[in-house]
Amino acid sequence: MNAENTNVRYDFRLIASWIEPGSKVLGLGCGDGELLYYLKKEKQVKETGVEIDEAKVAQCIEKGLSVLQGDINEEVEDYPDDSFDYVVLSQTLQQVFGPSGLIKAMLRIGKKSVVSFPNFSHWKIRRQLLLTGHAPVTKQLPYQWHDTPNIRVITLSDFRAFSKETGFKIIREAAIKTNNQEKEGRIVTFLSDLRATYGIFLIGK
Amino acid sequence: MSEYIDQNRDSVSVGVVKKKVFTFAAPPDEMMLESGAKLGPITIAYETYGKLNADKSNVILVAHALTGDAHVAGYYSEDDTKPGWWDIMVGPGKGIDTDKYFIICSNILGSCMGTTGPSSINPDTGKPYGLKFPVVTIGDMVNVQKALVDHLGIEKILSVIGGSVGGMQVLEWCIRYPDMVVSGIPLATTMRHSALAIAFNEVARQSIVADPNWNNGDYYSGEKPALGLSVARMIGHITYLSDESMRMKFGRRLQDKEVFSFNFDADFQVESYLRHQGAKFVERFDANSFLYITKAADYFDLQQQYGGTSVAAFSKTKAKFLVASFTSDWLYPTYQSKKMVKAMKKNGLDVSFCEIDAEWGHDAFLLPSERLTKLQKGFLERVYNER
Repeated sequence: MNAENTNVRYDFRLIASWIEPGSKVLGLGCGDGELLYYLKKEKQVKETGVEIDEAKVAQCIEKGLSVLQGDINEEVEDYPDDSFDYVVLSQTLQQVFGPSGLIKAMLRIGKKSVVSFPNFSHWKIRRQLLLTGHAPVTKQLPYQWHDTPNIRVITLSDFRAFSKETGFKIIREAAIKTNNQEKEGRIVTFLSDLRATYGIFLIGK
Repeated sequence: MSEYIDQNRDSVSVGVVKKKVFTFAAPPDEMMLESGAKLGPITIAYETYGKLNADKSNVILVAHALTGDAHVAGYYSEDDTKPGWWDIMVGPGKGIDTDKYFIICSNILGSCMGTTGPSSINPDTGKPYGLKFPVVTIGDMVNVQKALVDHLGIEKILSVIGGSVGGMQVLEWCIRYPDMVVSGIPLATTMRHSALAIAFNEVARQSIVADPNWNNGDYYSGEKPALGLSVARMIGHITYLSDESMRMKFGRRLQDKEVFSFNFDADFQVESYLRHQGAKFVERFDANSFLYITKAADYFDLQQQYGGTSVAAFSKTKAKFLVASFTSDWLYPTYQSKKMVKAMKKNGLDVSFCEIDAEWGHDAFLLPSERLTKLQKGFLERVYNER
């Protein structure tokens, strides 16, 4: 991992460390393109992004990324099989209405996929619910129940179980603990279900 | 498409420019048109801006819309107050940067702004062609531009950019000359003219044809079909606006009066606006050219022309695309751009797409837009760096 890029989110740097240089990458729900831009710069990937928000799409194109505006669930349908080396769904799974359909489509159009999401079994989340009785609000999931775009709560264990039910392979996984606005972080192995703020999974057919 | 939107003389400008002409296809080497007819000689009016770099890799071709011309930016003299039709976008440091790129814009075949069209002299008769001018297509317009580009010794075009009928030319360029075109920016356009768009064009054409002065297209020695042409332009202007923009721009406000006149003068501001646009247009545009160019737009259907499906249509092109549509454009609505994007994706092409939020209807692509400016700038920089 490149230590010079400490202004880039830690989870993005970790994802980049899994991506082969020069590969074709599709970023779904790519936001303002920070991850794709980083991958393009550090890994010379041939990037494509899909994002629904006009202003964010514009930010991506302005910084020289190939990005199109649309709904990820619809846009994945148009690509031929194995169009990409990696399809990346970063911090978006918790907002997806039909996760199994989307992941199947991702593995059809990409050879491998990367999925990352905030871990809902983190000890702070458990403590909040237990002690306060309110739906948890954290740095990683900063919304109130009524204004959150996140319609799913996912834990690391849930995702592993989901891979068996849906029939995809987990090739690699990292439970990470982040701090300082996600700029810093490290991989946790001991009690990761409790201590990880995010899970990152490399999956295949 | 309301070319020449009123604007103040911009301090940042490419400066004084000159219109040039190139004539080719002199008999017996006439150009074969898509209809099978032959045409020649053909004169093409064009302007260039910026400097061609050493390896000729910074060429941008701007394609104008229905009634535009080659004068995309700058002024014709020091005291000229009216800049080119896309001066807000083309100039030093602008969206299409004349400090970086060599930009060519030419007048389309069939028009009346310097390129051969129905008002040009027919060499067989020594009189204007009128309806003897062959019906031309968007493909024919592109082939004429190709002859110009060849004449200028250019082998690669970094980007072809255009909105509306100009966007159709962009798509034709990318499909016809896949090895020549690195990228295309089709704005507010379509792969195939819709029934709605054809319908508006037909009403506009009928308005010209119904004017007794039109005289089967033979009016160049007498009175022009000014009424017919101005009504045609009024119809056009309605399609370039939107419900929202008309509400904001005019509402039900009256023109220079407090109460209704109770006659058929222009009471409402929107009536007065349309009449003004119609009258202004007659001074600068030829009625027959309007018929020919709208027909070319109506015939435009990439799907039908290239292999039966939109996916087949883009199977040969290698260009990278930036497609943009505008939310309030009801002439070429976003769904038409999305279909285009879908076909490009299915071919594995590199395509960026943005639906720009704008209330100004189809005209939005010609109006100042920081969003569109930055999109084009970013895209062009990328394709230049990746060339």
